[in-house]
Amino acid sequence: METLSITSWKLACRVEDTIENGGVCLKLEDQQVALFYFKRRNEWYATQNECPHKRQMILSRGMIGSLGDKPKIACPFHKKTFALDTGECLSGDECAIKTYPVKVEDGFVYIALQN
Amino acid sequence: MGEKIIVVIGNGMVGHKFCEKLLAKTDVFKLIVFGEESIRAYDRVHLTDYFKKSGVNDLYLSDLTWYHENNIDLHLNDPIIAIDTAQKSVQSKHGVRVSYDFIVFATGSAAFVPPIPGIDKEGVFLYRTIEDLDHIKEYAVHARKGAVIGGGLLGLEAAKALVDLQIKETAVVEFAARLMPRQIDDAASATLQNKLHSLGLNCLLHKSTTQILGDTKVAGLAFSDETSVEADILIISAGIKPRDELAKVVGLATGHRGGIVVDENMRTSDPSIFAVGECALYNEMIYGLVAPGYEMAEIAASTILGEQKSFCGFDMSTKLKLMGVDVASFGDPFICEPDARTIHIEDKNKGIYKRLNISSDGKRLLGGILVGEASSYNMLLQTVNNNMPIPEHPELLLFHEKASSQPVGLGLDTLPDNALICSCEGVTKAQICDAVIQQGCENADGVKKCTKAGSGCGGCIPMVKDLVTYTMKQQGKYIRNTICEHFDYSRQELFDLMKIHELHTYDEVLDNLGKGHGCEVCKPLVSSLLASLWNEMILGKGNDVAQDSNDRFLANIQRGGTYSVVPRIPGGEIRPEKLIVIGEVAKKYNLYTKITGGQRIDMFGAHVNDLPSIWEELIAAGFESGHAYGKALRTVKSCVGSTWCRFGLHDSVSFAIKIEERYRGVRAPHKFKSAVSGCIRECAEAQSKDFGIIATEKGWNLYVCGNGGSKPQHALLLASDIDSNTCIQYLDRFLMFYIRTADPLTRTATWLNKMDGGIDYLRNVVVNDSLGMAESWEKEMQALVDAYQCEWKVAVNNPDIRKRFVHFVNAPSEKDETVKFEEMRGQKKAADWNAPITY
Ligand code: SRM
Ligand SMILES: Cc1cc2nc3c(=O)[nH]c(=O)nc-3n(C[C@H](O)[C@H](O)[C@H](O)COP(=O)(O)OP(=O)(O)OC[C@H]3O[C@@H](n4cnc5c(N)ncnc54)[C@H](O)[C@@H]3O)c2cc1C
Ligand code: SF4
Ligand code: FES
Repeated sequence: METLSITSWKLACRVEDTIENGGVCLKLEDQQVALFYFKRRNEWYATQNECPHKRQMILSRGMIGSLGDKPKIACPFHKKTFALDTGECLSGDECAIKTYPVKVEDGFVYIALQN
Repeated sequence: MGEKIIVVIGNGMVGHKFCEKLLAKTDVFKLIVFGEESIRAYDRVHLTDYFKKSGVNDLYLSDLTWYHENNIDLHLNDPIIAIDTAQKSVQSKHGVRVSYDFIVFATGSAAFVPPIPGIDKEGVFLYRTIEDLDHIKEYAVHARKGAVIGGGLLGLEAAKALVDLQIKETAVVEFAARLMPRQIDDAASATLQNKLHSLGLNCLLHKSTTQILGDTKVAGLAFSDETSVEADILIISAGIKPRDELAKVVGLATGHRGGIVVDENMRTSDPSIFAVGECALYNEMIYGLVAPGYEMAEIAASTILGEQKSFCGFDMSTKLKLMGVDVASFGDPFICEPDARTIHIEDKNKGIYKRLNISSDGKRLLGGILVGEASSYNMLLQTVNNNMPIPEHPELLLFHEKASSQPVGLGLDTLPDNALICSCEGVTKAQICDAVIQQGCENADGVKKCTKAGSGCGGCIPMVKDLVTYTMKQQGKYIRNTICEHFDYSRQELFDLMKIHELHTYDEVLDNLGKGHGCEVCKPLVSSLLASLWNEMILGKGNDVAQDSNDRFLANIQRGGTYSVVPRIPGGEIRPEKLIVIGEVAKKYNLYTKITGGQRIDMFGAHVNDLPSIWEELIAAGFESGHAYGKALRTVKSCVGSTWCRFGLHDSVSFAIKIEERYRGVRAPHKFKSAVSGCIRECAEAQSKDFGIIATEKGWNLYVCGNGGSKPQHALLLASDIDSNTCIQYLDRFLMFYIRTADPLTRTATWLNKMDGGIDYLRNVVVNDSLGMAESWEKEMQALVDAYQCEWKVAVNNPDIRKRFVHFVNAPSEKDETVKFEEMRGQKKAADWNAPITY
């Protein structure tokens, strides 16, 4: 049986390094992670930085927004969109992106790559 | 008491539809529904979406409270196991016993499992219910290679699910010599196979499986031709078997290959028992699609109420999207010579195959197949179903499809009122037009709410949209092109509102005039309007994140994520010192250089981190941004003109530079380009530009609204023999008129094509000032011109903006190591797109 491991938070960056209502890219354990501060909704999201469509390391430079109530990110290359909370692809048949838990404490942002 | 009771057996798609249909007609019956599955009715057609969406919630056909609100008793996870037709009562597995006046069988079907040795091994699954999908999902985590037995519609759907679950290799095994043997022909199958292959699906045709290999778990499949394939997860989708086991026990008539026999009123051999959906056998046929099932539900409900309606077979046309590939088959897809004439086209390059079957007299369409591109499916289907005449050159129906679902020769007005547009919900053209005219629906969503059209498989939505537009136009209604779900305004309305309210940031605009949180459609649009209105630095706080990527980084993004650098070279004139600087910068930052089609030099392949330093060096040498990234003025090309050329009438280079410097940085609905030629030989190709100027003996001729691109169009003469100042005055007016009124991403040529009155109207507005706007437009343009500043200069001098040009915020000096270049003719080029994901 699989054992439940405890969420291990990684220090990512300071809140002031992030962009309000936009994304930044982080290098964490040799992975590229896109971090989004959705200030309008007071929400934080982290996803893989790679867009599955043409496998470009780019999602952090995309535009965030909403579809109904769903927060989403649009890839700057061909505007495929993905849900920020679940990672599902909202346009076409691209596969889903990975999402990671985020927490903010004392002006620092933490991301959990595995849990 | 005295309430009559209908027991519905099966809470699938059709069983649920029956309840809806009956409730819409009457409330004199008490409905009691028994379902074998543990959850209420859901959308089986979109089952595969279960892996993508937020679970089953998006698939339910009703709200949780729907059954209760409609006074329906719903027993889930409790199949009916016995019926006493003499006492008129049913009994469920968990012992519920109720008496009935009528029974409706809606037990659907189950997957047919062929008796292959080893089929009971671990790792073999069916594909019909949410529960099946849960099992597959769980098992797939440890699987690497998948296989599906059955290359029909459902088999391909299942194969797609395996791909979605990131199974590396998936094989589809089909007994017939082609995929979807009931819907498409050999050539269509070949096209489809090629497409699917490129998406990671391997199609094995003409294979009869003799054994499932592996000890206790599936490890592969062996075929009768002695070949085999490895697989550690297998889905069986070899056809369906109607669920008639209970009906057989009760003694209802069933077909020898299964199915509960029904007449045209959906009545079984027992007059108080009906059967609908995939368990019903009508005229020796099981209809494995949801639309005919819904029609049966309508007939059964009508019959119970004593209405006269009968089922008369159903069109089995289908259109679906398999892993992004359109596949459609309609009417009689296979009929051929001598009963029909066929036309087909095949484009191996694009992966398109289309076939039309025409009656022998060439007058009617009988059916056809579309693979790879199926936007005209709805109209073609209507043409078949309504027996409409076809144009003299039916082959034209195979082309010109992109623009709308309405191919040449077949107009919506020729479509009869009773044409069935949405077959899932049985909605006709007349009902849709009525929703627009009587009930004021102004878009497909509204029509969906009013009539349910488009709420089933969704295939008819393009046609519904066209019908809404068509009807509104006929009504003389103004069609508003609203921007997106966040703004209920057209671009022009938003422009005016932003101006009146003096809004300067995206968030202000959204908070004051919109709703929700914005998206990739409205953000760049609003940003462009802000720029056109105020011409402030586009990367001001808060506005940077509302820019398209190219605007946000003041450079065009390239394959791999690097950027291009295009300094402005007005009129194409450049001094040798500046050429040297470009060469030096390109060398230092290892950039690919090329002379562009716009008479300037493009440097490609700059890392985002390098952009500020590159521009710093260029600016120091006197360059400024070329706005190659913005919806703004690109270049004003020039020919050498009277300064050197023996034919030149005026100094075209100087005039081109003057114009380029006047309009540089001005943002518009789309990019715009210009050129100035020194004489009628037209070496600067001015007549292919948004505005082009050609020297004459007496002054300049001004041409407007030309376009290169995919649909080239010559510019039209707006004014002749004018002097330089008048020319600029007209241009100010022309450009402001365009900026204020064009739809987003519309070049001037398209803008003019849509303008009532065309060039004459435009000339009246610009030259004769028929709208009385000339003065204020000239002022507005002058304000934009005065507000100009080089964006790159602002960016490199502003530390807050500058620090955004990094790839990793937590390692600002590191470049993205995934960016790859290749070598070519002594320079670099971007590596090709990466292969699609395989984990
Ligand atoms: C570099 C250049 C090709 C070249 O190597 O020569 C080029 C490159 C691009 N063109 Fe172009 N076009 C270039 C001249 C042209 C021309 C010729 C001209 O301007 O004389 C045309 C046809 C004339 C016209 O526009 O009417 C042209 C018609 C297009 C179009 C189609 C526009 C249309 O109305 O249909 C697009 C697509 C678009 O803008 O939506 C496009 C879009 C693009 C983009 C921006 C595609 C993109 O979004 O990544 C290319 C990126 C360039 C980059 O990264 O810097 N490019 N493009 C030329 C740059 C000119 C310049 O100095 O700014
Ligand atoms: C993956 C997939 C993709 C499909 N794609 C399409 C498509 O693109 N277009 C299209 O038109 N059709 C499609 N179909 C077919 C469509 O889903 C069916 O035609 C439709 O669901 C039939 O509805 P039904 O109510 O007859 O049967 P079902 O939806 O199967 O419902 C029957 C229900 O009755 C229950 N039941 C059986 N026996 C009993 C009993 N004794 N007591 C109580 N309950 C019982 C079953 O458990 C089941 O829940 C697809 C099907 C699948 C599986
Ligand atoms: S023609 Fe196409 S490929 Fe060539 S530069 Fe223009 S957009 Fe790019
Ligand atoms: S690479 Fe992201 S949408 Fe194409």
